[in-house]
Amino acid sequence: MTCRQSRGPLDRGVGRSAIPRGASLVLLCAVVALAGCERKSGARSAPGLGTGGGSSEATEILFGEVASLTGPEATFGQSQSRGIALAVKEINEAGGVLGRPIRVITYDNQGKPTESAAAAHRLVVRDRVHVLLGEVASSRSLAMAPIAEEHGVPMISPASTNPRVTEGRQWVFRTCFIDPFQGRVMARFAREELGLTRVAVLRDVRNDYSVGLANFFVDAFTELGGTVVSDQSYSAGDIDFRSQLTEIRAKNPEAIYVPGYYTDVGLIARQVRELGMNVPLMGGDGWDSSKLYEIGGDALEGSFFSNHYSFENPDPIVQGFIARYREAYGEVPDALAALGYDAARLAADAIARVGSLERAAIRYALATTREFRGVTGTITMDDHHNPVKPAVVLKIRNRAATFARTIEP
Amino acid sequence: MTEFFQHLVNGLSLGSVYALIALGYTMVYGVLQLINFAHAEVFMLGAFSGYYLASWLPAFQRGPRFLVVLSLSMAICAGIGVVIERFAYRPLRNSPRLNALITAMGVSMLIQAIGQLPFFMGPSPRFFPPLLPNRSLLSVAGVGVTTLQAVTLGSAVLLMIGLHRLVFHTRFGAAMRAVSFDGRTAGLMGIDANRVIALTFMVGSALAAAAGILVGLSYPRIEPTMGVLLGLKAFVAAVLGGIGNIRGAMVGGMTIGLVEAMAVGYGSSSYRDAVAFGILILVLVFKPSGIFGKAVVEKV
Repeated sequence: MTCRQSRGPLDRGVGRSAIPRGASLVLLCAVVALAGCERKSGARSAPGLGTGGGSSEATEILFGEVASLTGPEATFGQSQSRGIALAVKEINEAGGVLGRPIRVITYDNQGKPTESAAAAHRLVVRDRVHVLLGEVASSRSLAMAPIAEEHGVPMISPASTNPRVTEGRQWVFRTCFIDPFQGRVMARFAREELGLTRVAVLRDVRNDYSVGLANFFVDAFTELGGTVVSDQSYSAGDIDFRSQLTEIRAKNPEAIYVPGYYTDVGLIARQVRELGMNVPLMGGDGWDSSKLYEIGGDALEGSFFSNHYSFENPDPIVQGFIARYREAYGEVPDALAALGYDAARLAADAIARVGSLERAAIRYALATTREFRGVTGTITMDDHHNPVKPAVVLKIRNRAATFARTIEP
Repeated sequence: MTEFFQHLVNGLSLGSVYALIALGYTMVYGVLQLINFAHAEVFMLGAFSGYYLASWLPAFQRGPRFLVVLSLSMAICAGIGVVIERFAYRPLRNSPRLNALITAMGVSMLIQAIGQLPFFMGPSPRFFPPLLPNRSLLSVAGVGVTTLQAVTLGSAVLLMIGLHRLVFHTRFGAAMRAVSFDGRTAGLMGIDANRVIALTFMVGSALAAAAGILVGLSYPRIEPTMGVLLGLKAFVAAVLGGIGNIRGAMVGGMTIGLVEAMAVGYGSSSYRDAVAFGILILVLVFKPSGIFGKAVVEKV
């Protein structure tokens, strides 16, 4: 029947009885949807300790983690979470920090900035964590940062490279390099190593990270004497890039710079090849995920991206981390796992150095970090809370990212 | 000029996908005056059924494998469509329209959230297996058409012709149009409205599944949230063509696909989505009934 029928007295009774059922169904949907977005994971659950944040504050050190365990870029959050969990497990097995174990409380943000803000707020206000860890994506760290500032809780973003994440903030730190440097790294590599002069850019216009990185690349590349022949954009979640790529093809570039996330890059690479272009693609650390090769397949062979670390680095710190990570999770860690690991260890190191759980003291210790030896390089915080460290350029060969070059700051 | 024709080809192959999804929206609206937001999720489930079937049915070789996967996914999603109708919408048949609309949103979110649980599909994107070889089919003066683009456009057109025959040249089609025209009177004439509505959901969902498979083939990244943006675009296409009208959905889908391709080609690629949704606003302001809304009295 259509809804066009008249609502006479006969229909009334049927309609009434159906309303509460409909309402309860909607409510049920909402409850299930909400239940899906929240996951607690104690990296180490000590028996007998209270689960409420407030009561256990005296005995445990609490790390609050916001991660994209679900959502479009779920491997980012899963890698970060595994890296942090591994670091905390190792620290706890070695006796904890200041004689206390660390417990991680993780909330999923479904890959959304608004959920990240909500999760950060909950960690800070309800769970009263000592340190806030997260996020990978700059858009989501930017949503968390004001909450850390407002409540005076030190926050470490493992992998957000957009400069605005820490800019002008007292409480926010990161363990990765920033995009002005990363953009320059790829521009220098393209100009000096590959000798390219004509490059096209395809950026994700809805992503702070991608837009920022594209701008820094364009500036550096033009400064070095190259030309950007076409500057196109897409939105994350798009599946068809042929129109943009047709425009790019008409300009006949020698390479295409795509500073997006791995989910889109794989599809873009395929469509580049389908349109008959054989130029290499170039990108940033947002490419780093095993899913990239699954979706992109052979279309990515010979492409380059800048990253935080290479699993081929022979340094014993790096190889030891890879071996332990492999043992725990059965896969080679990507850079986001390595950065998560570094972020958790940096937080523990800061607490140990200052010998206090006072949030202001932890903040001070983080700000004065000198020569902290991490998996992704040696971290010394500058005045803007950004570590100064080198980047690597990786080349994709046989569906794996192989080391091509290190570029110092 | 080469670019123009390449944009034309790109736009048509994307537009045919929008059109297939839009048909499901428009058919359900035609008989129930309900915007079935869960339709985008049926499309997503269609792509995932194809993904799982392709990995469970390795015995079939390339050619028939595509057709087997396509028809089985269509059958599975037809079933899913009926289940959604039976349990979410039928109990609300006589309650205010708003209740059904909110329920549709709830069902949509429910399927999306459940799909992201690791036990089901998990949140990470999957790679859709290549069921058909993808190579350049023909290339005239720099304008390339791939086999997949041809298959997408061809399958979409065939399915739309089939649907058109079903609706306008069969007894079921007549019953469907009768229910759409006036459900109560159709009931008095001996038409089982519930059955017609269930069948409408079956047909619409099967078309969504076909769109899911075609999208998976051309854009081999599938994930539980893939229906959101495409579903929204298809909805815009249905409104543009005149929601409730089958020809309108086909024309609307093609139009949105072409306009998007041209907007990126000759305007700015940043405004791609803005153009699609801008069209929706313009349609709602100047011709709320859509392109075919008034020209054709008979709605499906």
